[in-house]
Amino acid sequence: MDIHEYQAKEILSGYGVKIAEGGMAYSPEEAVQRARDIGGHIWAVKAQVHSGARGKAGGIKICQTHDEVETAAEALLGKRLITHQTGPAGKVCGRLYIEAGTDIAKELYFCFLVDRSSERIVMVGSAQGGMEIEELAENNPEAITKIYIEPAVGLQDFQAREMAFALGLEPELLSHAVKTIKGCYRALRDLDASMLEINPLVVTRSNELIALDAKMGFDDNALFRQQKISELRDKTQEDPREMAAADRGLSYVGLDGDIGCMINGAGLAMATMDMIKLAGGEPANFLDVGGGASAERTEKAFRLVLADKGVKAMLVNIFAGINRCDWIAEGVVEAVKKIDMKIPLIVRLSGTNVEEGRRIIAESGLPIITAETLAEAAEKAVQARNEAVAKEAAQGA
Amino acid sequence: MAILIDETTRIIVQGFTGKIGSFHAQDMINYGSNVVGGITPGKGGQTHLGLPVFNTVKEAVQQVGAEASIIFVPPAFAADSIMEAADAGIKYCVAITDGIPTQDMMTVKNFLRRFPVEQRMILTGPNCAGTISPGRAMLGIMPGHIYMKGNVGIVGRSGTLGYEAADQMKRLGIGISTSVGIGGDPINGSSHRDILEKFEADQETKVVVMIGEIGGPQEVEAGIFAKEHMSKPVVAYIAGLTAPEGRRMGHAGAIISSAGESAAEKVAILKELGVTICPTPAAMGETVAAVLARM
Repeated sequence: MDIHEYQAKEILSGYGVKIAEGGMAYSPEEAVQRARDIGGHIWAVKAQVHSGARGKAGGIKICQTHDEVETAAEALLGKRLITHQTGPAGKVCGRLYIEAGTDIAKELYFCFLVDRSSERIVMVGSAQGGMEIEELAENNPEAITKIYIEPAVGLQDFQAREMAFALGLEPELLSHAVKTIKGCYRALRDLDASMLEINPLVVTRSNELIALDAKMGFDDNALFRQQKISELRDKTQEDPREMAAADRGLSYVGLDGDIGCMINGAGLAMATMDMIKLAGGEPANFLDVGGGASAERTEKAFRLVLADKGVKAMLVNIFAGINRCDWIAEGVVEAVKKIDMKIPLIVRLSGTNVEEGRRIIAESGLPIITAETLAEAAEKAVQARNEAVAKEAAQGA
Repeated sequence: MAILIDETTRIIVQGFTGKIGSFHAQDMINYGSNVVGGITPGKGGQTHLGLPVFNTVKEAVQQVGAEASIIFVPPAFAADSIMEAADAGIKYCVAITDGIPTQDMMTVKNFLRRFPVEQRMILTGPNCAGTISPGRAMLGIMPGHIYMKGNVGIVGRSGTLGYEAADQMKRLGIGISTSVGIGGDPINGSSHRDILEKFEADQETKVVVMIGEIGGPQEVEAGIFAKEHMSKPVVAYIAGLTAPEGRRMGHAGAIISSAGESAAEKVAILKELGVTICPTPAAMGETVAAVLARM
């Protein structure tokens, strides 16, 4: 789960990290009021969306008068920001963070993340901040310092100092840098964050170390013990279909294709989507219905897939282990009858009680296309999709 | 032979008396696994499914000689149960539980590393379907009947995709020595590489099938190991060709978050390392058959 910049800053500030003075605004009037409260002559009006690279997408505006703040706020509120992290659909900005301008002398990069290879938390820093770390890793990997943290003892002072020196900080900033770095680490550990990025971490002309941006991502598996973090969830930043799926205990990811999928197991779901692609089609979604696919759950999954109006055909691929094919088949038949499906449905069942499952589908009298193998299922789905598209085109002409 | 488990392995179930634990314990017993008891703290001394219930893993090790354990404990308490098993001297543990926090798994891995290698418990999972040595023992939640006994080892992240592979092979008359699910989490007990090492040492296993997916470095690490240390052929399939960058595909660990983690990149690297790639997930059986035919 991701949170907004202003939320991450509020958390980090509680852990001793210095941030510029700022406040939230939900309207242009409020934005101007915040600028007044902050005072000074320069402000950053920052769109709060769950994505990095907001600057490049026009989501951060530097303003020198209250009128400019108002204009910037009007332009940003309700705007759909598209970055390479949001995908083509972009994310709508519903909140602004108004922050005092910072007189930047140096921009640095700093983050903590879970390193899967060493199975430890790694601290990453670079004296070349501002740009994205991926770019830096590609163009200038020597400019990046990585320090691995031993889980049993946690981050040590000497490691924080090593990082501070690698970032090129002056000795007079050392003690504050250690405090900042250790504060970030404690926040990450205490709150089950899986990622914490400050890009840029800046040194001001008055020689202060300030987190100019802050991004935190949390381990979904740990939210059960992080009630306060869960409450920071901004549902407007998440795909409504994915949210609806999650609320029903289903795992769904919307994609750009037009063959809807319902599969049990994440690996088999990905493999089935691969098979669709290899057969010449494009999957409309990833959907893992999990182990206990009851009739009710099956119906919910069908509704979720079909809520995407671009879907031209639907493929169900179930390999029943704990599940039973006959139960799945009954659920599918019931769902199709209830929903009144208009598009072709391809069903492939395998595993426990497969004969019984196939019989139920065959005897249902519904126009369900069945397949025995994974390859056959994908081919039939692509064929049915192509026929449906051709038919639509003929009707249109 | 097989790896990790066989018909003699003395198995206990942690989270024994719960609904899920009971269901799968019975299923494992029906398959022929040598289940010798279970753990539910506070219910020690009772009998469940005709077997003794213990308060602690230590008691089970002392009283019934438990060697392997399977964990059905809820996510909030699962890491603790894994460490209890390791501390009690269990040799092999399968964690079925899905949803264990990443930091808990870091603690578990760190705890395990404190034991000298020869005393260190082997952990597979969490978030997996378990391990089966067909015809001998099942320590998991898979449908046992789809696995035929034979000479091919399977290691994979996904449960149902592993079933698909076993099923494709069975249709071609190819059997399995052991199938090991390592789970879909970002930090797991054993990596693909760890299991390849075990298959390489197993006389019965002739070929190994590795079923990987997007995210993380483990498939490539395994490929390097295969090139440098294995005499047996490795066949691989990597799921997630259509997975977009930065999106989590069901498994907590199935996310492309840095270079080299996409399916296409992993396939390219594995090919270079001499691993035989299954061109499609529907061709896992025939690819293995072709490799076996050449031997």
